[in-house]
Amino acid sequence: MPRALLYVILLIGGLAMLFPFAWMVSTSLKPDLAVFQTPPQLIPKPFQPSNYSTVVHIFPVWRFLLNSALVAVISTTLQVGTSAMAAYAFARMKFRGSGTLFLLYLGTLMVPFQVTIVPLFIEMKYLHFVNSYPGLILPSIASAYGTFLLRQAFMSLPAELEEAAFVDGAGHWTVFTRIVLPLVRPSLATFGVLSFIASWNSFLWPLVIISSQKLMTLPVGIANLQGEHLTAWNLVMAGTTISVIPIVIVYLFAQKHIVRGFVLSGVKG
Amino acid sequence: MVGQRGWRFRLIVALFLAPSLIPLIMFLIVPMLASVGLSFASWDLLTHPRWVGTANYRGLVHDGEFHAALLHTLYFVAGYLPLVFCGGLLLALALHQRLKGVAWLRTLYFLPVVTSWVVVALVWKWLLNPQYGIVNRLLGFVGVQGPGWWLDPHWAMPSIILASAWKDIGFTMVIFLAGLQAIPEEYYEAASLDGAGRWSRFRNITFPLLSPASFFVVVISLINNVQVFDQVWVMTQGGPAGSTSVVVQQIVQNAFSFGRMGYAAAMSWVLFGVILVITVVQLRLQKRWVVYA
Repeated sequence: MPRALLYVILLIGGLAMLFPFAWMVSTSLKPDLAVFQTPPQLIPKPFQPSNYSTVVHIFPVWRFLLNSALVAVISTTLQVGTSAMAAYAFARMKFRGSGTLFLLYLGTLMVPFQVTIVPLFIEMKYLHFVNSYPGLILPSIASAYGTFLLRQAFMSLPAELEEAAFVDGAGHWTVFTRIVLPLVRPSLATFGVLSFIASWNSFLWPLVIISSQKLMTLPVGIANLQGEHLTAWNLVMAGTTISVIPIVIVYLFAQKHIVRGFVLSGVKG
Repeated sequence: MVGQRGWRFRLIVALFLAPSLIPLIMFLIVPMLASVGLSFASWDLLTHPRWVGTANYRGLVHDGEFHAALLHTLYFVAGYLPLVFCGGLLLALALHQRLKGVAWLRTLYFLPVVTSWVVVALVWKWLLNPQYGIVNRLLGFVGVQGPGWWLDPHWAMPSIILASAWKDIGFTMVIFLAGLQAIPEEYYEAASLDGAGRWSRFRNITFPLLSPASFFVVVISLINNVQVFDQVWVMTQGGPAGSTSVVVQQIVQNAFSFGRMGYAAAMSWVLFGVILVITVVQLRLQKRWVVYA
C-alpha cells in the first residue's frame, strides 16, 4: 500500500477509536444544559467537574467500585492459584487417569455459559447464595482455560529441573512453589490479567445473581444509572468514565500480557 | 521423580487437583447436566418441578418471539462479522508496515477491547442519541437528517452492530497481526524477484498464509456473537417494538422474569445446537480454503 494511503487509513481509524472516549470525558465535564448546546463543543466551557461528586453522591459508585475490585481480586487470585495447581499435576506428575481427566477439563471449555446459567442460579438459590458475595464469586474460582494455558507453560520446562530437588528430599509442594512457579511468571501474569479483565467487565452473571444495590458491581450499577437518569447524560458519562479508569490503568501497564492473552485464547471481555 | 505409586502419591495428586476440580464439577458440570433434565421439565421455582417430556422443545417450534430472536441474532452476526473481519484485516495490514507511531496506534485500537460492554453500549447510546447525539448533529451540519438510531426499529440493530464492531475491531486486528508476523519475509522477496506486484503478492502469499488466522477470527467471532447479550440489554433491552430481541436475552427473561426455568433451559440447548452446527460446518469448509504452511 502507498504510504500516504496507509497514514490516512490509520489516522481515520485512530480518530474513530479515540473520539467516543474523548466525547465521553467531555460530556462528563459539561454543565447540564451545555450537553444539549448547539454547536456541540469538545472542550467544555465552563467545566463542571462537580458532575463527578454529584454522581458519587446520588449513586453508591464507590460501593460498586469496591465490589468490583473485591470480586475481581478474589476470583483472579483463586483462578490463578487453582489453575496452577491443577496444571502442575497434569504437567509434572504421572498418575493414572491423567489423560481422561484433562479431557474433561478441556470439554468444559465447550459449554457456553448460557447453557449453565439457569441451573446455576437454581443451585445458588438452594445454597442460599443468591444476592451475596459467594454467589457472585464461586462460579469463577476455577478455570479450565487457565489450567490448559499453565499446563502448556509447565510442560515446556525440562524434566531434570526438579530431579535435583527431589534428591535433596523436597516434596511436590516445595518444587511447585519454589522452583516451577517462579519460572512461569510471564504465563501467570498473562492469565492473571486476562482473568482480572474478564471479571471486571462481567455483566450477565452479576445482573442475574445480584438484586440489592449495595452488592452490585460497576457494570450492573452503571447500567442502572442510565435507567434512573436517562436524560442526565453528563452524569451517566461521569459514571462510565469512573468505571473505565481502573481498566485503562491496568491496560497501559500490562498491555503486552493482555494482547498476548487475547491472541492465545480468543476470549473477549 | 519420587513417590510415583502408593496412596500417599495419590493423595498429593488429589490435593493438587481438588481446588479446581471440585468447583468445576459443582458450578459447571453439574449445572450443565442439570440443564438437560431441566429442559424437559416445567418449573417456576415456587411449586415443585413437573416432568413435561418434550413439551418445551415443541413449544419452541411454535414460539414466534423465539424465532424472531433467532433471526435478530443472525442479523446481528451477519452485520457484525464482515465489519470486524475486513476492518481488522485492513488495520492489521496497515499496522504491519514499520511506520512511526505504530505502537501508539496499536494501543489505541485495542483499548475498546478491554473496555466493558456496558460502558461501550452507554457511550454509543449517547453518541447515537437521535436528538442530541453528536453523530446526528454532525450529520445535520452537512445537511443530512440522521436516522432515529436505537429508537427506530429499523435502525436499532445497525446501531448495536456499529457499537459492537467498534469495540471488537482491535481484537480481530491483533489476531491478524499475529498471523502476518508469522509469514516469512523471504516469500515476499522471492515473489518480488519474480516480478509479482503488490496485489498479486497479497492474493498469492498474504491471504493464503493468513487463512489460519482468518479461520480463527471467523470461528471465534461466530461462537462468541451468537451469544450476544450485554450491549443489547444496555442499549435497547430488545426494543424498540422487539426489533433487537436476541436469544440469550430471551433465555434470561424467560427464566428470571417469567419464571419459566425449563423453557429457558430448552432455549439454551437450541442455541448450543446452533453453535455446534456452525462450528462443524466451519471445520468442514476449512479444508477448502485454509492453508497450513
